[in-house]
Amino acid sequence: MKTTSHTLSVLVENSPGVLARVASLFSRRGYNIESLAVGPTENPDFSRMTIVINLEGHALEQVIQQLDKLINVISITELDPVVSVQRELLLVKVATDSSTRSQVLETVQLFRAKVVDVAQDAVTIEATGNTEKITALLNVLAPYGIKELVQSGLVAMARGLKPGSISEAQK
Amino acid sequence: MSNETMTGAQSLVKALEHAGVDVMFGIPGGAILPAYDPIYDSPIRHILVRHEQGAGHAATGYAQATGRTGVCIATSGPGATNLVTPLADAQMDSVPVVAITGQVAAGAIGTDAFQEADIRGITMPVTKHNFLITDPAQIPQAIAEAFHLASTGRPGAVLVDIAKDALQLETTFNYPSSVNLRGYRPKMDPDSVAIRDAARLIAESVQPVLYVGGGAIKANAHKELRAFAELTGAPVVTTLMARGAFPDSHLQHLGMPGMHGTVAAVTALQKADLLITLGARFDDRVTGKLSSFAPHAKIIHADIDPAEIGKNRAADVALVGDLARTLSSLAPEVKAEFKKRKPDLSSWWKTIDSWRERYPLGYEKPSDGSLSPQYVIERIGKIVGPNGIYVAGVGQHQMWASQFISYENPRSWLNSGGLGTMGYAVPAAMGAKVGAPDKTVWAIDGDGCFQMTNQELVTCALNKIPIKVAIINNESLGMVRQWQALFYKERFSNTDLHSKRIPDFAALAEAMGCAGLRCDTPDDVDKTIAQAMEINDQPVVVDFSVNRDAMVWPMVAAGTSNDDIVVAKSLAPIWDSQEL
Repeated sequence: MKTTSHTLSVLVENSPGVLARVASLFSRRGYNIESLAVGPTENPDFSRMTIVINLEGHALEQVIQQLDKLINVISITELDPVVSVQRELLLVKVATDSSTRSQVLETVQLFRAKVVDVAQDAVTIEATGNTEKITALLNVLAPYGIKELVQSGLVAMARGLKPGSISEAQK
Repeated sequence: MSNETMTGAQSLVKALEHAGVDVMFGIPGGAILPAYDPIYDSPIRHILVRHEQGAGHAATGYAQATGRTGVCIATSGPGATNLVTPLADAQMDSVPVVAITGQVAAGAIGTDAFQEADIRGITMPVTKHNFLITDPAQIPQAIAEAFHLASTGRPGAVLVDIAKDALQLETTFNYPSSVNLRGYRPKMDPDSVAIRDAARLIAESVQPVLYVGGGAIKANAHKELRAFAELTGAPVVTTLMARGAFPDSHLQHLGMPGMHGTVAAVTALQKADLLITLGARFDDRVTGKLSSFAPHAKIIHADIDPAEIGKNRAADVALVGDLARTLSSLAPEVKAEFKKRKPDLSSWWKTIDSWRERYPLGYEKPSDGSLSPQYVIERIGKIVGPNGIYVAGVGQHQMWASQFISYENPRSWLNSGGLGTMGYAVPAAMGAKVGAPDKTVWAIDGDGCFQMTNQELVTCALNKIPIKVAIINNESLGMVRQWQALFYKERFSNTDLHSKRIPDFAALAEAMGCAGLRCDTPDDVDKTIAQAMEINDQPVVVDFSVNRDAMVWPMVAAGTSNDDIVVAKSLAPIWDSQEL
């Protein structure tokens, strides 16, 4: 696990242009995003963004403060990987032939992944997990030949009851 | 509020009336046309400008002079894009401005329709917030939110873009009695623990400086500031955006810090053991090379914007809140600390006074008898006095106007600080005069700046807005020329404007319905200014033909340390060893 990755769970108003505002803020202030995922929440008025960034200390604090200045941002929570569930979704097409297919299928089982499509010369695998698991799976599959790969941004949720948010506390 | 049926356009104008708007600056066009019909009947004064940039800067000048929110209005496409510069300018200097723009009809958005521009997308990075309204029912709510956002917290620019059909459709008018935005709750009062920490640091400091920024004026905190400064006895510096927040005549005032600040102000920051930062943001023009800025100082940072804390310089104590309220709650804590131990600042003042005596602001008069630009500006300040409003463009004349005019009152000095927008002065002076009609408003402009936006003098002449404009005509882009002289071996690439030959500024002024005067000798300066002061039924433009080689001093070259301040060409201050 890279120690410099931080996961921010950002509750935003579900209104047009919010993603553009967040993306534009990151771009104009020169913050690099490792991953960003947006989706609906239990309340149709709000969306949740999960943003993974590689910053520490003052720089991280600045990102949070600047994000919080956006009017459509309701609250920001940093999710500690130890006390949160963090998942990515992976779809990967791996080259197989009769001699390698069974080994690939065994790997799929070991990682509790799923085969979602089979063709003559390839299988398509679906896997979910945290970043480490997805990376490990890809490392094992790489020698067979990865023909195509698509991956979602990380989504995350705190374990247990509702967490306190960073920004609400400051308001 | 009543639920009357009306068009979206009527609803917009009614909402603006409810928001307390008394004047707006704008130009009609296709998409905004429906709004101009109810404007025709509205008590709101609409001033028809000659370019939308003029409307935006006029709204800014109005807001800076009065403290109220300035309003500008334009049509879609080019009308809206012409507002981008003034919106970016207002946002950088935290000026409350609301812009209303027409947009093509909702169904045409995204089709590259005639005069379509995605102005919400374009202005996202240069506004505090913006809206695109396609439903007429949302117009009053959006207007109420826009004015709330522009004027509260850290003020800024807000744009409301309204689709043409939303202006045309029938709706019911419903103005909200209050605005409640879940994602926007500016913190007004700093934490009491931080207040006590700050008071303790102040009581421990023997070399403090009050580093005052434009936030002191935005927060109307000048009275609290003066009381606090006198309580602490600490030296005060006022940044370019804060000139007038603290009287220049006050003994504790060291003047402006930064690239062209006084030696005493710049050096006091460098040698301080504590900066009490009040509504300032450690801008690069103040800090010079950031890593060498105020190296021995602890930092108390008071700002209403929490994102300013630690942005450029880490703070030891952060006071997030309204500055007037912050100072009001800090003062009794400091008094209590002072009862325990009052720091002795006498040796600090002795050192500072020696800098003040040795390196006062000054300038050399040209040996050829030509007019010195600093002298012209200094005389305007003396003759007009501290009750005038001075509005500068950007460049050498701006720095001289900041240095050689004494500011005693807040909102008497208007300029484009953050964005550095040439062409700001004439339209901003127009807006200031509209907001403060009883004040004498002088634009101190450069010949380069003036040629960017002078068309608004037509607006001034036709609308009886008698501003006065001093063109400090050195026939060049003076500040750029100064840098070319200092850093580019006097290779004056594209900075010669030939503006003593073309245009004839006095004749141009006359053509625009203004009085046009000329002055090119020192003996005529007072006379010409007096003559300009006599003319109050039309705008006046004075073409002061000045020496082109004058430079702005002192100077801290860009990217260098404040320790390397140069008093005049090749003349660095001589420091006693005990001062370092």
